[in-house]
Amino acid sequence: MSGQLLIILALLLPLVGAVGITLCGRWPNLRESITLVTAAALGLIVINLYLRLQQGADLSLQVAEPLPGIPIQFTIEPLGMLFALVAGLLWFVTSIYAIGYMRGHNEKNQTRFYAMFAVAIACAMGTAFAGNLFTLFLFYEILTVSTYPLVAHAGTEEAKRGARTYLGILLGTSIGLQLPAIIITYSIAGTLDFREGGIVSGHLDPAWAGLLYALFIFGIGKAAVMPFHRWLPAAMVAPTPVSALLHAVAVVKAGVFSILKITLFIFGTDFITESGASDWLIWFAGGTILLASLVAMTKDNLKARLAYSTVSQLSYIVLGAMLATQMGILGGSLHIAMHAFAKITLFFAAGAILVAAHKTEISDMGGLGRAMPITFGAFFIGSLSIIGLPPFGGMWSKWYLVLGTIEAGQLALLAVLLISSLLNIAYLLPIPVRAFFGKAADGTVYTEIKEAPPSCLLAMIVTSLACLVLFFYPGAFYELASMAAGVE
Amino acid sequence: MIETHLSLLLVVIPLLAAPVTAILPNGRLPWLLTLLVSWLCFALAIWQFMMVMDGSVISYELGGWAPPWGIEYRIDTVNAFVALIVAGMAAITLPYAMLSVEKEIPRDKLSLFYATFLLCIDGLLGITLTGDIFNLFVFLEISSLSTYTLISMGQKRRALTAAYQYLIMGTIGATFLLIGIGLIYAETGTLNMMDLSARLPAVFGHRTVHTAFAFIVVGVGLKLAMFPLHLWLPNAYTYAPSAVTVFLAATATKVAIYVMLRLVFTVFTIEFVYVTPTDSMFMLLGVLGVIVASVYAIYQQDAKRVLAYSSVAQVGYILMGMGFASAMGLTASVIHMFNHALMKGALFMAVGAMVYRIGSSQISQLKGLGRQMPWTFAALVIAGLSLIGVPGTAGFISKWYLVLAAIEQQAWFIAIVILGGSLMAVIYIWKLVETLFFQTATEDISIKEAPLSLLVPTWILVIANIYFGINTELTVNAAEAAVNILENVRQ
Repeated sequence: MSGQLLIILALLLPLVGAVGITLCGRWPNLRESITLVTAAALGLIVINLYLRLQQGADLSLQVAEPLPGIPIQFTIEPLGMLFALVAGLLWFVTSIYAIGYMRGHNEKNQTRFYAMFAVAIACAMGTAFAGNLFTLFLFYEILTVSTYPLVAHAGTEEAKRGARTYLGILLGTSIGLQLPAIIITYSIAGTLDFREGGIVSGHLDPAWAGLLYALFIFGIGKAAVMPFHRWLPAAMVAPTPVSALLHAVAVVKAGVFSILKITLFIFGTDFITESGASDWLIWFAGGTILLASLVAMTKDNLKARLAYSTVSQLSYIVLGAMLATQMGILGGSLHIAMHAFAKITLFFAAGAILVAAHKTEISDMGGLGRAMPITFGAFFIGSLSIIGLPPFGGMWSKWYLVLGTIEAGQLALLAVLLISSLLNIAYLLPIPVRAFFGKAADGTVYTEIKEAPPSCLLAMIVTSLACLVLFFYPGAFYELASMAAGVE
Repeated sequence: MIETHLSLLLVVIPLLAAPVTAILPNGRLPWLLTLLVSWLCFALAIWQFMMVMDGSVISYELGGWAPPWGIEYRIDTVNAFVALIVAGMAAITLPYAMLSVEKEIPRDKLSLFYATFLLCIDGLLGITLTGDIFNLFVFLEISSLSTYTLISMGQKRRALTAAYQYLIMGTIGATFLLIGIGLIYAETGTLNMMDLSARLPAVFGHRTVHTAFAFIVVGVGLKLAMFPLHLWLPNAYTYAPSAVTVFLAATATKVAIYVMLRLVFTVFTIEFVYVTPTDSMFMLLGVLGVIVASVYAIYQQDAKRVLAYSSVAQVGYILMGMGFASAMGLTASVIHMFNHALMKGALFMAVGAMVYRIGSSQISQLKGLGRQMPWTFAALVIAGLSLIGVPGTAGFISKWYLVLAAIEQQAWFIAIVILGGSLMAVIYIWKLVETLFFQTATEDISIKEAPLSLLVPTWILVIANIYFGINTELTVNAAEAAVNILENVRQ
C-alpha cells in the first residue's frame, strides 16, 4: 500500500467509522465494536506511517486547489507525526474507557457522542498532516465545530452556556485574529506552504514580526494562552472522555502544535530570534504558566482544577516554541506527548471517581483512596509525571524546556518553570494524599463504593504505565521531537 | 440556428410560457410546465456561458436593427455568469416549489402563481441580457411587478402590507432609475450601453450627468437593498411564500447588483468613479450595512427575518468589494454574488422545509425541531457555516478575496469590519442552531423529516456550497474574466 493511500485512510477511516456508528446506533454493542475496530485500525495506520517516515519515505499528497497557489495538501513531517501518533494511539485507549464511562454514567445520546468523537479525530489527523497553513486552518476550524456538540452534550442550561463560550472564543479568535494573520502572511509571502526556515523571512519588516506573531499566538485560541483561555474550563461540562482526549490531547494539542508549526515553518526560528518577535510575547506564555497554576489551586472542582492545569501546561509548549532554540523546540514537542499521557490519566481518574463515587469536588474526596486504590494510584502517577519527577516521562520534556531557557539565556523564564513545578506539586499531590491518608469531612468510611467499571480501570492502567515506560524508553517520541527540532 | 438566437430564446421562452401556464387548469400541470421551462433555460444559460467563457462577446440585434438604433442584446462573461445564477437557481427552486407552494397557496391560484413566477424569471433574465438601458428598465419593471404579486400571495395577511411596502419603495426606485435614464438620454441621445460608454466621457463635466448618476444609483440601490434603502426587504422575505423567498433571496438582489456594476463600471466607466466619491460612498454604505444589518439580525425573533437581515449585510460585503474599485475587490464582489446565492438559497430552503412541517418560522416555535428533522437541520448548519465563512465552504472563498482586497489597500479598518461581520454571523446562526437542537420542544409532538422533494434541492445547494469552497475554478475564473470586462479597473 502506498504512503499516499495510507494518509487518505488515516483521514477517512474515522469518518467512515462515524457513519458506521450512526447507522448502528440501535445496537450499542455493535456500535462500540465499530468504534474500537476503527480506533485500532487508525492506531495501526499511524504506526505504519511512522515506520515509513523513519525510512525516509516521501509522504505527501495534494487533494485539491481551492485558491490559486493554495492547495489542500498533506505532508507528513516529524512534528505532525508525533501529534498523530499521540492522538491516534490514545483514541483507542479512550474508546475503551468511554464505553465503561458512558454506560456506567447512563449518558444519553451515546450514538451522537461516539460519532462526533470519530469526526473530531479525523480533524485532528487532518491538522497533524496538514502540508500548508491553509489546510491546517481548514481542519482547525472543522475541529472546533465538530467538538461543539460534544461539549453541549448534556443539553442542560449550563452545558449550553459552556458550549457557547467554547465556540465563541475559539471561532472568535480564529476568525478575528488567526485568519487575518494568515491572509497577511499570504499577501506578503505569496505562499502559505510550510517550509524549512520559514516563508516570511525577507518579506516582512522585523519590526512588524512581533505583531504578526502575536496575531497567530492569540488567534490560535486552542493553545489557551491567557487571556483567551476561558473556553477550556468552560468545556469541562462535556462528558469526561471528551475532556480526557479532546480537551487534554487532541483539541488543545492541535493548538500548540499549530503554534510550533508556525514558529518553525512560517517564521523560522532564526527569523524569530533576529527580529525579536517573541521578546514580549513570551511573557504571556510565562504569565499563563504561573497564573493558571495559581488559579488551579483555588478550584475545588476536580475537572476545573485539571483544566487550569492544562492551560498552564499548554503554555510550557508555547514557551518552548517562542524560545526558538533547538532545546526549546525539542522540549515543547516532547511535552505534547508527555503531557498527553499524564493528563489523560488524570482525567480518566476524575471520570472514574465521578462514575463510581459520584463526587466532583476535591474536598469530598478525603478517604476515598482506600475504596478506589487503582484510580487514585493512577492519579498519583499521572500527577508525578505532570510535575516532572523521575521515573516518569514528564521529566524529559521539562528537562529539555529548562535547557532551552538556559540556552536562550532567559534565566527569569527558568525561574518560572521551576516555580511552576512547585505549584504543580501544591495543587496536584494533595488530592491523592488526602484520598489515601485523609478522612471524609463527615467521618464516613467508604465501604459501599467500589472501583469504576473494569474498562475504565484498564484504560487508566495503560496510560499510567505508559508514563512510566516513557521515562525509560521515550524512543519514538524523542526521535520525532529531535528530528523536528533539528537536533542531530 | 439555436445558437444564433440563444440569448433571445432565454427571454422569449419564459415570456411565451407564462400566458400558457396561466390558462392551464390548476393542479400539477402549471408547475410541470414551469419546471420544464426553467430547466430548458438553465441548459441554454450553461450553453451561453460556455460560448462567452473565453472572453468573446455575443451581440444580438433585436429585429435586425443595428445598434445603437435598435435594441441590442450583448452578452459577455459578466452577464452570462449572472444569467447562469438566475437560471440555475430557478431550476433548483422549482422542484422544491411543488410541495411547498401547494401547502402555502390556495389551489385555485396555482396556475396564476406559476405564470407570475415565469414572468419574474423572465424579467430577471432580461435585465441581465440586454445591452440597452431602456430595455433594462422595462425588464426591471416586469420582474418587479411580478415580484410584488408573488410576495402578496404569502399565507399571512401581513404579506399584503409587505408587498405594498415593497411596491411603493420599488416604484420610487424604478422612477428614479427612469429619471436617470431620461437625463442621460437627453445628454447623449443614445440608450445603448456601449454607445453611452463611448459618449459619456465627453460630457462628464455636465451637471446633468452627475444628477443622472445620482438618480440611477439611488434607484438601483433601492432594488438591491443597499443600506439604508433596504427597509422593504425583511418584510418581503419574511412574508412571501417560502419558495418565492428562496428564489428572490438567491437572485433578485444579485441581478440588481449586476445592474449597479454594469451601469457604474461599464456605462459610466471607472474614470467617472474616480472623479466622483462613488467608491467611498459604496464603501461607507457597505460598512454600515454589514454592521447595522448584522446587529439587527441578531435580535430578530423569526428565522426568516434573521436570514433577511443577513442578506442586507451580505449585500454590504458586495458593496465593499465595489468600493475598493480594484480588480481584487470587484473579483470578491462577483464571487460573493454567486456564493451568496448558494448559501442563502440553501438556508431559506432549510427554513422553508421547517415552515412546511410546522407552519411557522418563529424561533420560539422551532425549539428542538433539529432533532426531529436531522437532515434539514444538518443542511442549515452547513449552509450557516458557509455564511460565516468557515474554510472548506464557498463563503470562505468570498471572505478570502475581500480581506485580501482590503489588505492590498492597507484598509485595516475594513478588514476588521469584514471579519467582525463574520463573528456576528456566528452569533445569529448559532442562535438558530442552539434553539433547533439543544432546546426541548414545549409540546411533545412528533414531526416528520421534510419530504424528499424539499430535501434534495436543499442538499444539492449544500453540496454546492462545499464543492465551490474546494474547487473554485468556475467561480474564480468567471469572476476574473468578468472583472476584465468591467475593465479599465486599476490592477
